[in-house]
Amino acid sequence: MNNMKLTVSAAPHITGKDSSRSIMLDVIIAMIPALIAAGVIFSYRAVILTAVTVVSCVVFEYVWNKLMKKEQTVGDLSAVVTGMLLAFNMPSTLPYWMAVVGAAFAILMVKQLFGGIGYNFANPAITARIILATSFAGAMTNFTHPTQSIDAIAAATPLAANAAGAFAEGGAPYMTMFLGMHGGVLGETSALALLIGFVYLLIKKVISPAIPVTYVATVAVLAVLFGQDPLVHVLGGGLLLGAIFMATDYVTSPYTLKGKIVFGLGLGLITMMIRVFGTMTEGVSYAILLMNLFVPYINQLTRQKPLGAPKKVKEAK
Amino acid sequence: MAVFKKLVRSACGAHVPHNKNTENLETVKMPVPAKVRIPMSMHIGAPAKMVVKKGDEVKVGTVLGEAGGFISAPVHSSVSGKVVGTEEILLPNGNKTQAVVIETDGEQTVCECVKAPEVTDHASFVAAIKASGLVGLGGAGFPSGVKLDPQNLSEVNTLCINAAECEPYITADYREMMECGEDVVEGAKLVKEYLELSKVIIGIEKNKPAAIAKMKELCKGLEGFTVCELPSVYPQGAEKTLIETATGLEVPQGALPSAVGCIVMNVASVGFVARYMKTGMPLVTKRLTVDGDAVAEPKNVEVVIGASTADVIEFCGGYKEEAGKIISGGPMMGAAVMNDQLPVMKQNNAILVFGKKAAKAAPASACIRCGRCVEACPMGLSPVEIALALNAKDAEEIKALSVDLCMACGSCSFVCPAKRPVAQTMAEAKDFVRKAAN
Repeated sequence: MNNMKLTVSAAPHITGKDSSRSIMLDVIIAMIPALIAAGVIFSYRAVILTAVTVVSCVVFEYVWNKLMKKEQTVGDLSAVVTGMLLAFNMPSTLPYWMAVVGAAFAILMVKQLFGGIGYNFANPAITARIILATSFAGAMTNFTHPTQSIDAIAAATPLAANAAGAFAEGGAPYMTMFLGMHGGVLGETSALALLIGFVYLLIKKVISPAIPVTYVATVAVLAVLFGQDPLVHVLGGGLLLGAIFMATDYVTSPYTLKGKIVFGLGLGLITMMIRVFGTMTEGVSYAILLMNLFVPYINQLTRQKPLGAPKKVKEAK
Repeated sequence: MAVFKKLVRSACGAHVPHNKNTENLETVKMPVPAKVRIPMSMHIGAPAKMVVKKGDEVKVGTVLGEAGGFISAPVHSSVSGKVVGTEEILLPNGNKTQAVVIETDGEQTVCECVKAPEVTDHASFVAAIKASGLVGLGGAGFPSGVKLDPQNLSEVNTLCINAAECEPYITADYREMMECGEDVVEGAKLVKEYLELSKVIIGIEKNKPAAIAKMKELCKGLEGFTVCELPSVYPQGAEKTLIETATGLEVPQGALPSAVGCIVMNVASVGFVARYMKTGMPLVTKRLTVDGDAVAEPKNVEVVIGASTADVIEFCGGYKEEAGKIISGGPMMGAAVMNDQLPVMKQNNAILVFGKKAAKAAPASACIRCGRCVEACPMGLSPVEIALALNAKDAEEIKALSVDLCMACGSCSFVCPAKRPVAQTMAEAKDFVRKAAN
């Protein structure tokens, strides 16, 4: 039997069920409720816009890999996730060509130029959103009238309406905000749909609750401290979309639980600084981009203590 | 509290499939094969020095090789027969060793030298264990005589018996408890007595309720004996992990378990101690689990040391399909071997045979920085950052990340969704640091 052909490889010889592809697929599934909600709230154009960004992201990644003679990576579905998230960050009225420009920024500039999946220093969808918002400020805030709406918040986000003092009398319409029947970008309005996705991701253990929970809690606590309505801050803007789907992006968030909590606290703080003291009503995307840049430092400062390792002693100078 | 602990170190381990298909199969004795090849190096440390030559008649228990240094162990003949020569054997770890080739006569005559040792105190106990050829039977193969003679003996107070058997498929330790539970307790009593210990903790994973019940029953009324139920997560059987779970103590980086007053022994090793003290028969047989999708009749077998893997597989009904991978040991830490000619050694506890399909590894893709390896690492290391530091050829950074603590359990590779060989990268990083220091 010396002519046996056996595989000789390093241990371990078995691996877990999850793959990069199955994880991305779970994220896609988790975004489906929000996509359906967007279709209901903003009509079919929301779905078409999502299809446009997804297809462009996949095509850009495919072509880049072909041109650069790199291994084809579209099969890992991460470009689909980026495409969906990008669409979720656009108002349903955005011209399609602008959506394609956004996809090009996300995939080519933010992701591939830095080395592809795993090497991007910032979240591609968030960065592309910011680029679009600065380039096409009008189109990016042209919030459509949802099919059903309450007048005050029909064409603006509740957050903006609140900032303008619309809820000064009679309080904010919490249920409308929870269901998402108000203006905003595609994916952010329905808290209900986003929370369904969140629960799915937790059940499938795709993400840890640490970042979303600390982020949202920090925002709520700071809102109370600043004398503002915490529910408007949590439900009225892009917080839940950002906290659940964007801040938890593996590549651009810290590894350890400690790191994730620090990250969430930082996100909440920056978001509220922008919302309360800045000229913009929304601060989620800038907060995520800024905190993305801190991730390498957070990782360095929040490492686990290895089993049996000595407690860190400050070196005498 | 749990959350607070996770903040320091998550150490989640890996939720590996158990596949304990053979747990209810009683151990069967395999007939002695026509020829055995007994390697001189079946332990950590210096190989044994061969003391027989071609033409010598040997019996069961005859010394073939004497301990070749302080950290070493003697090797005994597992059969009666005639030495027909020596052969160089390539071990799974890449080292080569000499092996004594013996043609068996089938009589299994026991050597006159085999008699119960006289033990009166710690020194004679250690001498007997050294003479028995016992090495850590859990897989590492560290000479037990050395382990039971720690420099700080007076500070050692606890014997941790490792019966976690956290590797998938393997049920040899489970069978040891179910069939020889009395030996385990007897052996533990002896170790406790001669090392003057106060506590014996038997750590068993929760997925073996029958063994837990049996050992609890046997330990009833024995002073200092406890059975510790371990969570059913890989790798509970890792020495330092076991000590932390069982006693709450952390073995300091770079130190031995005796630094926190513990000695860890595999359950089969402890059972052997009792049998050896009764009969004086040195370590010449081993209980193995034979399993995997390409073996016809999975079994727990008692095999004479030196029998070839092919003999054992033949005894288990042969190959059901063409073998694609043969693993000596468990699927997490065992070594894939090149052919089925490797002899069974002291520290072997399983032979797993997989078909071509199961042998095929999933292709690795780019790291997505998910941090699952960080979460899983039982030692609280950061494999992803160690891999990055290795990529940057930064020896200082690798060292700062405590790569020396890596015990190659493979949890990181198991959980990696990109199917990267993370554990292999950790080994490379260790090697890189070693070379950079020279």
